[in-house]
Amino acid sequence: MSQVPQDLKYTKSHEWARRSDDGLVEVGITDHAQELMGDMVFVELPEVGRQLEAGAECCVVESVKAASDVYAPIAGEVVAVNEALADSPESVNSDPYAGGWLFRVRPSGDDIDGLMDAAAYAGVLEAEGE
Amino acid sequence: MSNRTALYDLHVEQGAKIVDFAGWDMPLHYGSQIEEHHLVRRDAGMFDVSHMTVVDLQGDGVRDYLRLLVANNVDKLTESGRALYTCMLNARGGVIDDLIVYFFSENHFRLVVNAGTREKDLGWIRKTCEEHGGASPTEREDLAMIAVQGPTARQRVFQAIEGSEAVAGALKPFHAANLGELMIARTGYTGEDGFEIVLPDTAAPFTWQRLLEAGVRPAGLGARDTLRLEAGMNLYGSDMDEDTTPLESALGWTVAWEPEDRRFVGREALEKQKAAGVPRRLVGLVLKDRAVLRPHQQVQSSAGDGEITSGSFSPTLGHSIALARVPAGVSAGDSVRVPMRGRDFEAQVVKFPFVRNGKSCL
Repeated sequence: MSQVPQDLKYTKSHEWARRSDDGLVEVGITDHAQELMGDMVFVELPEVGRQLEAGAECCVVESVKAASDVYAPIAGEVVAVNEALADSPESVNSDPYAGGWLFRVRPSGDDIDGLMDAAAYAGVLEAEGE
Repeated sequence: MSNRTALYDLHVEQGAKIVDFAGWDMPLHYGSQIEEHHLVRRDAGMFDVSHMTVVDLQGDGVRDYLRLLVANNVDKLTESGRALYTCMLNARGGVIDDLIVYFFSENHFRLVVNAGTREKDLGWIRKTCEEHGGASPTEREDLAMIAVQGPTARQRVFQAIEGSEAVAGALKPFHAANLGELMIARTGYTGEDGFEIVLPDTAAPFTWQRLLEAGVRPAGLGARDTLRLEAGMNLYGSDMDEDTTPLESALGWTVAWEPEDRRFVGREALEKQKAAGVPRRLVGLVLKDRAVLRPHQQVQSSAGDGEITSGSFSPTLGHSIALARVPAGVSAGDSVRVPMRGRDFEAQVVKFPFVRNGKSCL
């Protein structure tokens, strides 16, 4: 059973979002998503400064098995990306909710409150048969 | 209900992620496919390959029959224990399967064929047997198979299996020896040294445990695939099938043309293709960009389009590699384009293998 931390928000497409004290939102892919994909080999991050629409493809994570799009959980401007992933994409596997974060956005519209909470996301996983 | 090997319970115990492979519940990896890959390149790993089909051919006239059944020449098998890699062809010269033939004695040969082609292989072998009066094939469903591969693999096998060094210590590549009910062959599918051990199902769990105790760690089918790709070894069903000939699959070296009067199945079609000029060939591709070549992607070149047949990330090289079937005019040193996600990537055409005995061949 994969981990679903209580303090995060989630999307159906298996991204997580975390709001920090400075109002920025950190985004990554869930433990379930990394488990399905297997060992990561490349992460293609969005450009800093890019304006994302909610639900837009913004990032590609590529594992030994397959390439997969990552979707923006909310609208906003990309203010930082996890450059360490260029040398250690495996952090997405080993530490998906901390060291394996992908990018940070400054929300321009709805905040993350409208996303799923941990219980709802766990329900999605259950429905998918995990 | 899927088939399970004699080692299935041990895989689950060791935390394997199990996937379906040709109707078998097999371990994909035990945590990290890339770590398992490196382990085989640097030390030793073991694979449960019991899903593969072992067929014994016993009786009179087996050699005569094999001369017709396979494209390589079993007359190269002169001493007991010799092994031969070959393709089995249809009348069109297409590859029904690739296999290894082991020679024990004039009335006992053994074939190891792929799991995914089991039924059609057995059907084809039986039919050809009947037509040419060869001995009837016996599928050995009672046997398991463990491949122990890596630079330290042989030493660890000697440590784990009592008596193995005495019989297998001096084996050359593509030779096998018997130790009681075990067959120990110096063959593999990784580009590393090592053994493939065929043994009774009942002895497999104990042997696996002994190998674990000798420091061999399990590796899954995921690592097996990236290892064989780096080693430039074809995968049946991906890199060749019934609609491609060995000549179009970089397997021309496995076709024995001499003697000319050995009329193996498919020979006529291959001769015609050779005389007319082989239209396509299998080449290696290297991509230095941060993307991964995948099977079925289109390959564009000035000589025409082709297709990737196997592609993945190479853990040893740190970038993507692939095998691709392209028009004959494409050769090593050329650049080709591979469109991916709306962008054209430029890949280099290279000779393969990409990696052998832990070292890059590029």
